[in-house]
Amino acid sequence: MSNELNNPFAATDQERQAREKEKFIKLSTQLITWLLVIPVVAIIVFLVYKSWPALSVEFITENPKVRMTAGGIWAPLIGTFFLVLVSLIIAAPIGILAGVYLNEFARDNWLTRFINLAVVNLAGVPSIVHGLFGLGAFVYFLGMDRCLLAASCTVAVMTLPVIITSTKEALASVPMAFRVACWNMGATKWQTIRTIVLPNSISGILTGVILQVARAAGETAPILFTGAMISSRVADSGWDAWVPYGLEDRFMALSYHLYIISTQWQNVPESFKFGTAAVMIGLVIAVNSISIGFRIYLRSRKKW
Amino acid sequence: MSTDSKNMNTTTENGLPTILPDLSAHQTEGDVDRLRLIENGQVIPAVIHEDINDEDIILEINKLNLWYGNAQALYDITFEVPRGKVTSLIGPSGCGKSTMLRCVNRINDLIDSVRIEGDMIIDGDSIFAPGVDVIELRKRMGMVFQKPNPFPMSIYENVVYPLRIDGVRDRAELDEVCERSLRGAALWDEVKDRLRESGLSLSGGQQQRLCIARAIASDPEMLLLDEPCSALDPVATAKIEELIQNLSGDYSILIVTHNMQQASRLSDYTAFMYLGNLIEFGPTYKIFSKPETKETEDYVTGRFG
Ligand SMILES: Nc1ncnc2c1ncn2[C@@H]1O[C@H](COP(=O)(O)OP(=O)(O)O)[C@@H](O)[C@H]1O
Ligand SMILES: [Mg+2]
Repeated sequence: MSNELNNPFAATDQERQAREKEKFIKLSTQLITWLLVIPVVAIIVFLVYKSWPALSVEFITENPKVRMTAGGIWAPLIGTFFLVLVSLIIAAPIGILAGVYLNEFARDNWLTRFINLAVVNLAGVPSIVHGLFGLGAFVYFLGMDRCLLAASCTVAVMTLPVIITSTKEALASVPMAFRVACWNMGATKWQTIRTIVLPNSISGILTGVILQVARAAGETAPILFTGAMISSRVADSGWDAWVPYGLEDRFMALSYHLYIISTQWQNVPESFKFGTAAVMIGLVIAVNSISIGFRIYLRSRKKW
Repeated sequence: MSTDSKNMNTTTENGLPTILPDLSAHQTEGDVDRLRLIENGQVIPAVIHEDINDEDIILEINKLNLWYGNAQALYDITFEVPRGKVTSLIGPSGCGKSTMLRCVNRINDLIDSVRIEGDMIIDGDSIFAPGVDVIELRKRMGMVFQKPNPFPMSIYENVVYPLRIDGVRDRAELDEVCERSLRGAALWDEVKDRLRESGLSLSGGQQQRLCIARAIASDPEMLLLDEPCSALDPVATAKIEELIQNLSGDYSILIVTHNMQQASRLSDYTAFMYLGNLIEFGPTYKIFSKPETKETEDYVTGRFG
């Protein structure tokens, strides 16, 4: 006691209280953070449990049979793959080029600010509105009819703003000093971008694009009116099984398929519905893991 | 020449003795307080020492005015930079030294708000003439900044970068330039066994020498150095200073520095600037030992700035 009194570094009451408060805040924020994990784990465990009877290699590789009371999900799975592929082939180059323009070339004037505002707002448009826009713009106005291309264009428009934004962020993370050094050596802006800026931001740009895979694969609304179909005859084997849809064909997709078998059709085994959901979630987790791994690799290589 | 005793061996306000030069002969304008006049927005003609007339001139700066938007940053700057010598720009922070340097390779063009009047003439050609390609101009200038800024690539690629953008592919030529530039920047012996390592793995002083190697790789006519030592420790600073001295002769060097000793040790000519105005320009030994204006003297003896 007397020791404590003599110790010039002993905590005062006020300091002790402050420390108690800190402990409380730390514990409660920690608890809330841990609670966040529960829904994720619960969903996955529940899905796997419910879909367990259906999950098999055949469930992936076989086409739906007898109104999805037998067979698997090959036709919608490959449809989703092509939807994602075509939409990113459209959106990635446009989004990356727009991001490069906005971050590297555009002057800070009202037009640039307006474009940036438009991009931000486009990112907030609900997907059902994108679906209706796609119906009006691609299906009717451009006369594509409902098809893989029209749906891909619609999904591309939906993913574009995020690709633009993530590209801009990746480019902006490259220090200005590198560009200044280049310009002072007589490099043009494009030479600077090609030799210094892009090589040091390409992984960040690709990460942004990869994250859009999950979004393009998961959304139902944009493809609802623009090309998805309830069921289509797809070959069980051979080349036609791998490339069942042309750009002008209507197609099956996982998200839409799940919607149909859950709400529109009777007698679909429960495990099939959950199996379809489990495969979708599995794909999303796989793709996101790739992008997270990419980001970790990128951070470990970051040298400034 | 009479001697005014009040200027001899006085002490400064804080009581430290200073050796003041004989000013009486040079105090041509009596008691004019240039700094006050400049602060009030007047443009005062600079005092230019005659000695420069005997030099071979590489760069002629003629009534250069520069505005950032509505704010004027340079006022009627006129002086000449000698070839193959070191010229330093000194003056308090914000007086326009960096702006001045950035005019020489027209990097200021990239700032939208900049407007320039007046002229700069290199080897008889105006850098603002309509036919001048800024890219070509910048290749003839090597710029080095306060903070070393090597690229996140190998030491080798850093040095040959200027050749890469010119599309040079020939391995032998690249190797040759790499070695010559690194030797020129006094870095070769330290890095010759690790040219493939990242330029960012070097120490700060080595990085700055790497930047100098990169700046001389395209064999420029002038080197523009903007406080190249102010982010470095004394040992690294000494190496860079020695390097600058070795490079002068081959290159005409324009260096901005905050450090009076550095300016007096390194440079042949010194320009003293204040609030965008050139106050005095002349041989370094004269600027530091018998400047013609009281303002220069006050600044170089550390009484303001
Ligand atoms: N990019 C810029 N935009 C607007 N004003 C600037 C810019 N760069 C410098 N200035 C202004 O110009 C003046 C001179 O700056 P600078 O050349 O950097 O001075 P120094 O290098 O001598 O410290 C300062 O008042 C500064 O605020
Ligand atoms: Mg400066």
